[in-house]
Amino acid sequence: MRKYVLSLLVENNSGVLSRIAGLFARRCFNIDSLTVGTTEDEALSRMTIVVTGDEQILEQIKKQLNKLVEVIKVVELSPEESISRELVFIKVKADNDTRSNVIEISNIFRANIVDVAKNSLILELTGDAAKIEAFTNLMEPFGILEFIRSGATGLQRGFNVLKEN
Amino acid sequence: MKASKAIIKCLEMEGTDVVFGYPGAAMISIYESLRSSKIKHILVRNEQSIVHYASGYARETGKVGVCLVTSGPGATNTITGIATAYLDSIPVVVITGQVDTDLIGTDAFQEADIKGATEPFTKHNYLVKDANDLPRILKEAFYIANSGRKGPVLIDIPKNIQEEKIKFDYEGKVDIRGYNPTLTGHMGQIKRAISRIKASKKPVIYAGGGIISANAQREILEFAEKTGIPVINSLMGIGGFPQDSRLYAGIVGSHGYDYSNEIIGKTDLLITIGARMSNRSTAGFHKLNPNIEFIHVDIDPAEIGKNRGFTLPIVGDAKIILTDLIDKSDEMDFSDWLDEIDKLKGKSESKEEVTKETENFVNPKEIIAYLSEKMDDDACLVADVGQNQIWSAMNFKVVKSRKFMTSGGLGTMAYSIPAAAGVKIGNPKRQVVCVIGDGGIQMCLGELAVIREQNADVKIILLNNGKLGLVREIQEDLYGKGHGSGVDLQYQVKFTKIAEAYNIEGYEVSDLKTFKNVLDKVLKSDQPCLIQCNIDPDTRTL
Ligand SMILES: Cc1ncc(C[n+]2csc(CCOP(=O)(O)OP(=O)(O)O)c2C)c(N)n1
Repeated sequence: MRKYVLSLLVENNSGVLSRIAGLFARRCFNIDSLTVGTTEDEALSRMTIVVTGDEQILEQIKKQLNKLVEVIKVVELSPEESISRELVFIKVKADNDTRSNVIEISNIFRANIVDVAKNSLILELTGDAAKIEAFTNLMEPFGILEFIRSGATGLQRGFNVLKEN
Repeated sequence: MKASKAIIKCLEMEGTDVVFGYPGAAMISIYESLRSSKIKHILVRNEQSIVHYASGYARETGKVGVCLVTSGPGATNTITGIATAYLDSIPVVVITGQVDTDLIGTDAFQEADIKGATEPFTKHNYLVKDANDLPRILKEAFYIANSGRKGPVLIDIPKNIQEEKIKFDYEGKVDIRGYNPTLTGHMGQIKRAISRIKASKKPVIYAGGGIISANAQREILEFAEKTGIPVINSLMGIGGFPQDSRLYAGIVGSHGYDYSNEIIGKTDLLITIGARMSNRSTAGFHKLNPNIEFIHVDIDPAEIGKNRGFTLPIVGDAKIILTDLIDKSDEMDFSDWLDEIDKLKGKSESKEEVTKETENFVNPKEIIAYLSEKMDDDACLVADVGQNQIWSAMNFKVVKSRKFMTSGGLGTMAYSIPAAAGVKIGNPKRQVVCVIGDGGIQMCLGELAVIREQNADVKIILLNNGKLGLVREIQEDLYGKGHGSGVDLQYQVKFTKIAEAYNIEGYEVSDLKTFKNVLDKVLKSDQPCLIQCNIDPDTRTL
């Protein structure tokens, strides 16, 4: 079992999301994360879905997705030939004693400070799963109050584009 | 043009001559437009039967079966039928009325989210939000239902949308960006398949319902005859290959023939065409050597590798691929293998004892055997679900242009009466016999009125054992004799009286001789009838 990242081009109709989420639930496929948004063509949306499974499960997921009439294209984003990023916000405890430490680590990771309060900071970080995990581990000792991550979103590298055949 | 008129016009342009329907408030606009159309409307008696009618009609005519039902309860009543058609890949379009657009989501009177509810078992479905989309959506729906791997499509149309004025345009080709079924098989794969066949000693073709839906009966026979490869059917595949051919090697599955399951255990090359490799049909496949070559041909790529690994996939339409296979193959000789199969066949036939008639009961196997002997060369037998289905499948010989239909995938009781009526309505010339149990028939008795009204000459053979027979058999197989639980249909209904109430001739028989006499008589008439055959409740299928 490992994680795979799929990129989908789908019709931008209401109900597509439920159809895709329903398919995963019905066939007992695991979704780790799913992001969706509009594309350069307003009739289409692009989804990035991270799934856990083996080769055979991945094959079935791709085939079942392709069967959906509103799904136009499915590709696997391999780590070598694509980029994928997640966005996280971390609300961490920070008072006069610890604030500068937190800021120092954030600078190393190029995390942005997007909210400053008397006893806390909200940090914004973009990166792949490994970078986010490393950063979170370092923040943990300060006391993480809240944490949210967007799920991965990605594109194939190079001139290649995802479009219908 | 009023949208509801446009909807009917679309149906006419698709060649629809019959619709099966049950109206309600959310459909009155469409029903008003239907009044001035030549399309015949058949009022069913319960929407639970409606898709089965359309399914029988579609399986007979090759056209899309069409259903019209109202919102809420009308729509939800169709769900079992839709799921039944989905699992058996039958082309059906179901049009449901919906509450007004501005009421959707308010839990309005007779509002149900039928699009959401049917997502898991429609090939595709729509909720129409803009009346101008209607012609395009109808065109797409018919195309999707009856192309690629066929299946049901549902269109939910709010009441106010039906009333709007639109520009009617039904020209142009369907263009769906995400739907483009592969029909032609990859030539390299086809050539590879031929060389694997040549390298094998004991090849078997395992043919499913895909042969019938692709209309590839002639091609598979020609391919089998040219290469000399034996053919085994799944339950849904019955009728796809003539059972009087020397190459016919029976039916596999949990309720198939022993010898067919044994053949699967001996083969070194399995060529599956248009079969899903489902758990029931491959129940005997545990004997299959996992290291053999396995060529899987299917129009739905997702079926390949879903339930079983393969060594050579070919995606495409069975008829086109078989034509290419015929073209690329030479005559071959597997006569040693065929002799071995003949021996297995012979062994199992001599073992097969027809349980003798007991007093006051008629043996169901002998009933089906007699039907098989007497029915027309192009008759259609529609079997329900349960023991009656298995007795039918195992004892009715599908030869010449006979057909066999049943609900294979979902195993839906009460499929057979409406489906048989749908076959007859689709083709009044075909002799149609329906075999059903006393459980199944009590789920759809009202449909007898439709049979009478439409003069649909369906001969109903009711195998009356006072039990939910198959469930009882499974219970006793698992837990021992006397372990039947919740399976007694205690109250003995006088089915002949019910038939009589619908002005359908009813007969009751308890011995083979009487059955034969009655059948000989009714097969000569053009009127529907019901023959209640009293069966020993202890009779088993296997
Ligand atoms: C709608 C539905 N409900 C329940 C079942 C489960 N089931 C399978 S076979 C069977 C018994 C059918 O009894 P009957 O119609 O009398 O036929 P028999 O087996 O006696 O020939 C039942 C209840 C089913 N297949 N379909």
